[in-house]
Amino acid sequence: MIKKAISIIIAIFAAAALLEGVRAFPKWADPYQPASLHVSPRYIEKTVEETAVPNMVTSVLADYRGYDTMFETSVIFTAGISVMMLLRRRPK
Amino acid sequence: MWEQIVSKYNYWIYVILIMIGFYGMMAKNNLLKKLIGMNIFQWALILYYISIGAKRGGTVPILSEEAGSPFEHLKAIQVINPLPHVLMLTAIVVGVATTGIALALLVIIYRRYGTLEEDEIIEELKRWKRL
Amino acid sequence: MIAEWEDIIIQTLCRFLIPFMQTYSLYVLVHGHSSPGGGFQGGCIMAACFILLVIAYDLNVAKRRFKEKINVIFCSLGVFIYAGTGWACLLLGGKFVDYGKLSLILPTDPIKARYYGMASIETGVEIAVMAIMISIFWDLVTAGKHEEAFKEEEDVGTNR
Repeated sequence: MIKKAISIIIAIFAAAALLEGVRAFPKWADPYQPASLHVSPRYIEKTVEETAVPNMVTSVLADYRGYDTMFETSVIFTAGISVMMLLRRRPK
Repeated sequence: MWEQIVSKYNYWIYVILIMIGFYGMMAKNNLLKKLIGMNIFQWALILYYISIGAKRGGTVPILSEEAGSPFEHLKAIQVINPLPHVLMLTAIVVGVATTGIALALLVIIYRRYGTLEEDEIIEELKRWKRL
Repeated sequence: MIAEWEDIIIQTLCRFLIPFMQTYSLYVLVHGHSSPGGGFQGGCIMAACFILLVIAYDLNVAKRRFKEKINVIFCSLGVFIYAGTGWACLLLGGKFVDYGKLSLILPTDPIKARYYGMASIETGVEIAVMAIMISIFWDLVTAGKHEEAFKEEEDVGTNR
């Protein structure tokens, strides 16, 4: 019981700290927010003339940021190998 | 103050979801419920990041072919930001990997201690003088 | 372990649906260039076909269809295809994942060669994701004891 009360108090303090940061955010779905002004206009406008792929998400994932996707594939490979190492046993 | 909540209500919703997941990780006794709390935390963060890329009046980031010209030409302000979607695809896969390994660890803990409750495991460790 | 369940409706439906699900997963992979989709999504659907087979039938039936040894080979084959394409670009004189240099092998111009480079790495990603998800599911369901899970158990309750 005491654990749940302390947890609720800590969660409320953490929520207050996060919401204090939300005050400085731009409005939701603002077309001129800084998140959509720096790198993504280049990806949107040049995706067909540099790579002949009309899907912008695929062209960014596989071509412009292909190095990150390779390491993500190796992350899931490592997860599968470690589950094999933890759980498999030879029958006695 | 009211305008702060109404114009940014998506950030408020995601902060509440993060706190639900955080409370679940701290206060619950069963190890599987802690794992579910961690999953809720992670998915709330992914949804928060995707909601950054929305634009008022924007369309889907896939160009379509038309009969005359090969592809339609859209300006950057008419299309929603594709970059958060791409980064969160990687985050989803990393989340699946983490959940898989956590479940494997839970199988080993159950095989060793016979229970998944946290206080019983701590008592068992104290009895063996390892805590 | 998963007990044996005999229900004629579920088994008939699953037997009918699984080929269509596999075709749909290949469709999602190939149409990743002009509609939502790609490698990760197709790999998850392909793994879901196998998990549906285990849920509707028994573990033995699923093991006869798709052996565990071939699954382990597929795990590394996917990552190898991805890294191999990047390495081929390096050998042909470009940077690591610079697919434009693949136009020296393929009979297209450098811009279209990036299209085909993306298609090949998405195939590698699909094979890797499918094999890893099936492998994690196997290990968690049988709790590691692969050989003992396939003995015939007589005293397991079946729903007849």
